[in-house]
Amino acid sequence: MGIDYIVPEFEVDRNEQRCIHCRVCECQCANEVHSYSKEAGIMLSDETRCVNCQRCVSLCPTRALKIVKNPCSFRENANWQPDLIKEVYRQASTGGVLLSSMGTPKPYPVYWDRILINASQVTNPSIDPLREPMETKVFLGKRPEKISRDPEGNLITKLPPQITLSMPVMFSAMSYGSISYNAHASLARAATKLGILYNTGEGGLHEDFYRYGPNTIVQVASGRFGVHEGYLEAGAAIEIKMGQGAKPGIGGHLPGAKIVGDVSRTRMIPEGTDAISPAPHHDIYSIEDLRQLVYSLKEATNYEKPVIVKVAAVHNIAAIASGIARSGADIIAIDGFRGGTGAAPTRIRDNVGIPIELALASVDRRLRDEGIRGNVSLVVGGSIRCASDVVKAIALGADACYIATAALLALGCHLCRTCHSGKCNWGIATQRPDLVKRLNPDIGSERLVNLMNAWRHEIMELMGGMGINSIEALKGNRLMLRGVGLSGKELEILGISHAGE
Amino acid sequence: MKRVYVNEEWCLGCHLCEYNCAFANSGKPNMAVALKGKPIFPNIHVEGDDKITYAVSCRHCEDPICVRSCIAGALSKSDAGVVQIDHSRCVGCYTCLLVCPYGALAPGADGLMSKCELCLTNGLGEPACVAGCPNRAIVYEEREVI
Repeated sequence: MGIDYIVPEFEVDRNEQRCIHCRVCECQCANEVHSYSKEAGIMLSDETRCVNCQRCVSLCPTRALKIVKNPCSFRENANWQPDLIKEVYRQASTGGVLLSSMGTPKPYPVYWDRILINASQVTNPSIDPLREPMETKVFLGKRPEKISRDPEGNLITKLPPQITLSMPVMFSAMSYGSISYNAHASLARAATKLGILYNTGEGGLHEDFYRYGPNTIVQVASGRFGVHEGYLEAGAAIEIKMGQGAKPGIGGHLPGAKIVGDVSRTRMIPEGTDAISPAPHHDIYSIEDLRQLVYSLKEATNYEKPVIVKVAAVHNIAAIASGIARSGADIIAIDGFRGGTGAAPTRIRDNVGIPIELALASVDRRLRDEGIRGNVSLVVGGSIRCASDVVKAIALGADACYIATAALLALGCHLCRTCHSGKCNWGIATQRPDLVKRLNPDIGSERLVNLMNAWRHEIMELMGGMGINSIEALKGNRLMLRGVGLSGKELEILGISHAGE
Repeated sequence: MKRVYVNEEWCLGCHLCEYNCAFANSGKPNMAVALKGKPIFPNIHVEGDDKITYAVSCRHCEDPICVRSCIAGALSKSDAGVVQIDHSRCVGCYTCLLVCPYGALAPGADGLMSKCELCLTNGLGEPACVAGCPNRAIVYEEREVI
């Protein structure tokens, strides 16, 4: 097999004084890093297989394990960073496109971390959310442009279809296939308990999950997998996926090996066939074409469900969003380039798209400038990491946020970024039955509910500090934000002042 | 009464319950001190094959056959319903081991019989196997006895 140019990235640091040879690490590692030598009476490690998912670390009952970075390093070189060198080695040995999972780990600026939130002092009172009412409920959908009356002069109160959320956060699209049955069950149950929505992704809706329909967004993507009348009827809203933040401009590919049993049935494709989602929708080459699909879906569901159009944040996002807002869509979802994925070509994930903060700010401004902001609600995703990110996004003009990576973290994901291997030790990004059962949805849904409740409390605290008592009053309230260490151009795009101004 | 139940759907066969049990009943403050380099004698055992696994411990039967069969009077049922063992009386005849349909009794390190007492006598309060199960496959709850 020749020379292996790539030294293992991690080392298994086993504290022999603590290790009791219970072999939990061995039975829990799908990558087969750990093994027990009866002859020597010791645990052995094969570091070449370790992905640093920390399943063994978390389950070791004596805390005898640490996964540490292998100190063996290339000669320092500011231009040729170790990752680049390894990628060249990998491609030289395989000849293939590099694949990666989850959001880009590259050190691009995170604008959320350069935006600060205001608080009330002296001249305007802050609000204590524990003592005073505070509204986190939001509605997503078209807003009527003007008050209209029927011929008798009565107010017309019928609104276009809306989604009601108890807080401005939803679980974004992850397909059944890319994540496991139990991960889906956890998301569906948590969304139902929380009064928010989760999203099926492109993989269709498993028959067991139809009962969570009122809290489900059903997605229609370029592969149209699993789409039928009952599916469209089942959800609270329909999302047309035009693009994904982690891989704008390209489609998806779920290998045939993962199209087994229920995944095949749910996607409505034969077992063992690759599920290939084309890069474009082959029937959409213009806003007019998009409008046709939006109205086809509305027609199919009796105009009772809002239609979301999801796009990746790319260079001309403001113009694209302006088009979508005129296409009849009720909601635009924008996915920033730091968003996660079950698998994407590394070069695309790490180099294509723009940050969600800038995309959001420019879209919100463009739609307001054109007087069509009320045509649509804006949902943003692509690395919303915590409650303050949500608050900043709302103040920049979003109506709600999509989270996925944070939700997976709540389920146990350790961001080892090897989802594409299909051997997720946490039972999330896998279809192997012995691994899927590691995620008990009783625990998973409970942890998601905890996370969202915690965020909701934090959102209320942050809003209370600003003297604001509803999400509605925070929406687009950029005066509540200040930038730190940002250039004049960045501040101009974000539409905020610099701290101290 | 509250008993230990196992949901085999969620059992990963990781054997952590066995180690937590052995540690809980070791009287030692640290698991490595208690278990390193020693054979363990847990009161719960993971059974199964490569398709299904589940942990088995004392069912605390309503009418425990082990208590009736004990020739030394070491096994008894407490007022609360917990099947207990008095080690000072056990003679190690293994009759209980032979009659228990669940295989819930096994000899301990001293050769005398050892069994699950729901961690009520070792001061833990909640069964260690339940507290340490990573996937909530083992639960401690009140269920209607069929």
